[in-house]
Amino acid sequence: MINFPPFLILILGAIPIPFLKDNLRKAYMIALPLLLLLHVFYLSEGIHWTLNFLGYKLIFGRVDKLSLAFSYIFAIITFITSIYSLHVKNNLHIVSAFLYAGAAQGAVFAGDFITLFIFWEIMAFSATYIVWSAKTKKAVSAGMRYLMVHIFGGLLLLGGIMIHYYETGSLSFNYIGLNGLSSWLIFLGFGINAAFPGLHAWLPDAYPESTETGTVFLSAFTTKTAVYVLARGFPGTELLIYIGALMTAFPIFYAVIENNLRRVLSYSLINQVGFMVTGIGIGTQLSLNGTVAHAFCHILYKALLFMSMGAVLYRTGKINATDLGGLYKSMPLTTLFCIVGAASISGVPLTNGFVSKSMIVSAAGEGGMLLIWFALLFASAGVFHHSGIKIPFFAFFSHDSGIRTKEAPKHMLIAMGLAAFLCIGIGIMPGPLYSILPYPVDYEPYTAAHVIDQTQLLAFSALAFTLLMLSGIYPPEIRSTNLDVDWFYRKGAKVFMKLAGGIAKVDYNFVGQAYEFMVIRPALKVAKLLKIVDTSAVDGTYNGLATGSLKLSDFVKGIQNGKTQDYALLMAIGLIIVIILAVLPIIF
Amino acid sequence: MEKEKEKIHFFDKPGSLKKVLRIFFTGLILLILIDPFIHKHAFFNFDGYPSFYGAYGLVACILLVLAAKYILRPLVMRREDYYDD
Repeated sequence: MINFPPFLILILGAIPIPFLKDNLRKAYMIALPLLLLLHVFYLSEGIHWTLNFLGYKLIFGRVDKLSLAFSYIFAIITFITSIYSLHVKNNLHIVSAFLYAGAAQGAVFAGDFITLFIFWEIMAFSATYIVWSAKTKKAVSAGMRYLMVHIFGGLLLLGGIMIHYYETGSLSFNYIGLNGLSSWLIFLGFGINAAFPGLHAWLPDAYPESTETGTVFLSAFTTKTAVYVLARGFPGTELLIYIGALMTAFPIFYAVIENNLRRVLSYSLINQVGFMVTGIGIGTQLSLNGTVAHAFCHILYKALLFMSMGAVLYRTGKINATDLGGLYKSMPLTTLFCIVGAASISGVPLTNGFVSKSMIVSAAGEGGMLLIWFALLFASAGVFHHSGIKIPFFAFFSHDSGIRTKEAPKHMLIAMGLAAFLCIGIGIMPGPLYSILPYPVDYEPYTAAHVIDQTQLLAFSALAFTLLMLSGIYPPEIRSTNLDVDWFYRKGAKVFMKLAGGIAKVDYNFVGQAYEFMVIRPALKVAKLLKIVDTSAVDGTYNGLATGSLKLSDFVKGIQNGKTQDYALLMAIGLIIVIILAVLPIIF
Repeated sequence: MEKEKEKIHFFDKPGSLKKVLRIFFTGLILLILIDPFIHKHAFFNFDGYPSFYGAYGLVACILLVLAAKYILRPLVMRREDYYDD
C-alpha cells in the first residue's frame, strides 16, 4: 500500500477542489475520502513516518489499536459527511472541512507533542472557518469566540508541552498522568476541546451556528480527538470519573429547555462525551474499551441526528422547535433516519448505542461506584428524554406547523441511510466493532437481563414524557436565550475590563516574576527553534500567499465583519504549507 | 399549482394517537410482568429488584423535567436577542 500518512490524503487532496467543476468535483469529493478509508484500513501497527526536524524527532505515525480505532471512524464519517455535502457550492467550506478532517487524522497518529500541537491548531483554525461558512452575523461572532477559546486552549497546551519538555527532556506523547504544573496545563488544554464542565460553552455556542453540513463535520472531530488524547495521556485518572459524570448530567437540563434543536443536540453531545470521559477515568480494560466503542458509535449517530436536523434546516430554513412540527408528512425518510439516530443515542437494543454505552455503565457498576453509576443511569434516561424523544417529536410530529416542503435531497438521504445502516448494523452485530477495540473484549451486551433493564429504563422515561405532555406540565418551547458559561466572556468581560484596570497594577510585579520563570525562559528556547522555521519557511510562504490571497478575496468577500477571517485563514494555510514542507522528505 | 388535496396522514386521523398510546401502555405492562422471571446480575443488589430500572427511569425523567422547568429556566432564560450579536 502507498506509504504516507493518512492526513496528507485529505490535506493535499483538498487543494484541487476549487478548480474542479460540477460532476467531476462531486466525484472527487466522494473518491478522496474513499481513498482515505481504504488507506487507513490497510495500515499496519507500528511506528511509521518519523522525521528528524532541527534535532527533534517528529512522529507522524504511531499506529496502534487505540489510534487505529479513531482513525477508522474518522475516515468513515468523513466519507459519509462528504456525500452529505455534495450540494455545497462554497469551495472554502469544503476545503476547510477536508483540512479539519485531515488534521484530525494527523492528531490521532501523532506520536510526539509538536506534531500533535500542530494538528491541534489546524483543527482549531479550520473548524473556525467551518463555523464562519454559514456567513450570518451570529455565525461570524460565534466563530470568533470559538477561535478565541481554542487559541486559549492551545496556549495552555503549548505552555504545558514546553514545561513538560523542560522537565523531562522528552517530547514523545505517551501516558502523562496528573502530577505537576505541566500535566495540569496539558490536561486543561485537552479539557477545553473535550468540553469539560465550565469549559464547554464554546460548543453549544458555535456548533448550532454553522451550516447544515458544517455542523455534521464539527460534531465528529474536535471532542473525539480530545477523548483520544485523554485516553492516551490520562487513563485511570480518578478526577476524570467525576468530570465525566458531571458532563453526562448537567447538559440534559439545558437540553430540556432549549428551543434550537441543533443546540439541543450540542448539549447532548457533551452528555455523550461525558460517558467516554468517565470511561477513561475508570481506566479498566472494560471501561477503556467502552470509551473507544462509544466514541465510534457516538460519531455515527450524532452525525446522523445532525444530518437529519441539517436536512430540516436546509429544506425549511428553520431549526427552532417553536417553528417546526408535522414534518413527517413531507419528509418521511428523514423522519425515519432521525428516529434511528434517536434510538441509537438512547441505547435502544439492536442499535449501536446499546452495545457501547453499556460497557461504560457496567464498568462503573463493577467498580462499585454507586453515585457514578446512578449519574450514568440518570444520564441514560435523560438523553433518551431529550435527544431520543424531543428531537424527533418537535421536528417531525408535535402540532402541525403547516410547513409543507420536499424530502431531503438524494445525496443527503444516501448519507443518512449509510449512517443509519451502520448504527443498526453494529447494534445487531457488535463483533467487528469489538474486534478493533484496544483490549480483548469479554463482554456480552445481549443478555436477557440487560435487554429488559435497558428497555424498561427507556420505556418508563418515555412514559414520563407522555404523562408530562398529556398533563400539560411539560415546559412549552419558548423563544429564548439560555445563559451558560459563555456569559462570562460575552457579557461579564465588560465588567471585568473595568475591574481589571485596578487589579493589574497590584498584580504586575508578582505575576511578572512568575511569568518570566515559567513562560519566558522556556519560550525563548522554543522561540529560537521557531525563528529558524520562520525565516526559512513561513516568511516565504506568506509572501507567496499574499499575492495569492488577493485573488482569493473574491471567495471571502461574502463574509462580513472585517478582515480577521482572512488572516486566520492565511495562518491556517501557512501552517499547513509548513507541515507539508516538513513532511515531503518522508515520502521522497 | 398545489391544489391537489393533501392526503390524510396517520396522526390526522381521529383515534390514531389513542391507538398508539394503547399499544405503548400495553407494552409497559408486559415489561413489568416479564421482569420478575428474568435472572438479574445485580451490581449493588437493590438494582436486582423487579422493575428497578423502570421505576428509576420514570422518577428520574419527571425530576429532570421539573428541575429544568422550575429551577433552571427561571435562572438562565433571557429574551432571544439578549446577547445582541
